[in-house]
Amino acid sequence: MSSAFAAVYARDLRLALRRRVEALLPVVFFVVAVSLFPLGVGPEPQTLRQIAAGVVWVCALLASMLSVASLYAQDFNDGSLEQMMISGHAGTVIAAAKASAHWTVTGAPLVVAAPLIGLLLDVTSQSLLTLVLSLLLGTPILSLLGGMGAALTIGLRGAGVLLILLILPLSIPALIFGAGAVAAVDSGVSAAGHFSLLGALLIVTALVAPPATGLALRIALE
Amino acid sequence: MKGTLRWTTFAAPSRFYALAGALNPWLWALAVLLALAGLYVGFLVAPTDATQGDSYRIIFIHVPAAWMSMVLYVAMAFWAAVGWMLNARMASMLARALAPTGALFTFLALWTGSFWGKPAWGTWWVWDARLTSELILLFLYLGYIALVSSIDDVVRGDKAGAVLAIVGVINVPIIYFSVRWWNTLHQGATISMTAAPKMAHTMLLAMLLMTLAFWAYAFAVVFTRAQALALERERDTDWVRALATKR
Amino acid sequence: MWASWSDFWHMGGYGLYVWGAYAVCLAVMLGEPWLARRQRERALRAQTE
Repeated sequence: MSSAFAAVYARDLRLALRRRVEALLPVVFFVVAVSLFPLGVGPEPQTLRQIAAGVVWVCALLASMLSVASLYAQDFNDGSLEQMMISGHAGTVIAAAKASAHWTVTGAPLVVAAPLIGLLLDVTSQSLLTLVLSLLLGTPILSLLGGMGAALTIGLRGAGVLLILLILPLSIPALIFGAGAVAAVDSGVSAAGHFSLLGALLIVTALVAPPATGLALRIALE
Repeated sequence: MKGTLRWTTFAAPSRFYALAGALNPWLWALAVLLALAGLYVGFLVAPTDATQGDSYRIIFIHVPAAWMSMVLYVAMAFWAAVGWMLNARMASMLARALAPTGALFTFLALWTGSFWGKPAWGTWWVWDARLTSELILLFLYLGYIALVSSIDDVVRGDKAGAVLAIVGVINVPIIYFSVRWWNTLHQGATISMTAAPKMAHTMLLAMLLMTLAFWAYAFAVVFTRAQALALERERDTDWVRALATKR
Repeated sequence: MWASWSDFWHMGGYGLYVWGAYAVCLAVMLGEPWLARRQRERALRAQTE
């Protein structure tokens, strides 16, 4: 089982590395999207500081969703997805491997980019640390949920937008706890509760999303 | 055909269609009678509220609509799961039939909630826990409807819808909890719809009657839609042909 | 309970809100069954074609 995981994971990474520009697009989108907010809302540092955590989280959410559609699309189109599924390996393992690869390629760079963005929005260093940690816990959740959405919408017209519509509501708890952690730290309260909840959410998602994704893959390929 | 009544008797679309046809007139009658009774009690018996005046009377449709929106979502997930696990296409059709009605009830809960909130709190929209959760529930409904409509293959659509609905149902308590959490943190926006007037017995009675009326309505309209879906999906079968030529 | 019909419509000053809410509710509950029935009729008609 772990060799199947490793094989799918490594393959996805290799494919992403071959198209480095494409792989970095979500991060570029992230930076651009965040930069729109000061332009739309005004450059007042105080306002920006207040909305920073929410803005960064929402843009990370959208950036993650935009790139997850292609998680299965390419493999579906060239038939390799079918090969993977009939090779006897559990859909759950494939789903987990692909979600991990997605996080490595998209989620992790978002976490790395977040401090730079935080500076654009005049976030204090304490809040910045909380923000980065919350994204570290949150982006894997987004990759897992996104993978499920992608599996449900394989091959459909308008799959990209449909996927976002399906997954955004399910991502709301992560958004609330993640951005809320920063808000807590900002107001001088401990964010421990938020992080516990975020961690619990990650565990639950990691347990439920891959099997659900595996089922969705089988349904799509029948 | 007439014989023992089993759990699976109405799994056949033709028999479900007949059952729905037989029940619908009674369900409509029940809905109208209960609604009239509820509105009578609500408007002609229940007293004016001390703090909210007569604007609180919106509660007689707001709360039942909200309840129905939640009940129908669970029912939708249930029937979708049954349809998938037992390979019962009528159950899957029932799930699809439930979605638009559930979405409309959610919309009504939001609309009536907004109209109730405006005189009470001064704004058309309030980010309180209940309304926010209803809004997210609406998104969940729309997502389900969008997914099953986008999939041309009905069997794939049924199954994918079932996965989404089941995941959604699991998420609803999580979402509700997180929204409640979020709402209590942001003290400034804590205007609670749950601060309803202390309910006199007559008010509760009116709400109960309206809830039952909404139930009957929901059964009737969902059955009608399920009949339509059965006719569409079972096209060119004997029973559909027989029905079509009988008109 | 209500002194007159106009009092009833006025709803203690909240007429717009109360009837605005109830009107939309009624509209939905008349429109939705109508649409469902139309869908059913269309399906039957489609069979005879």
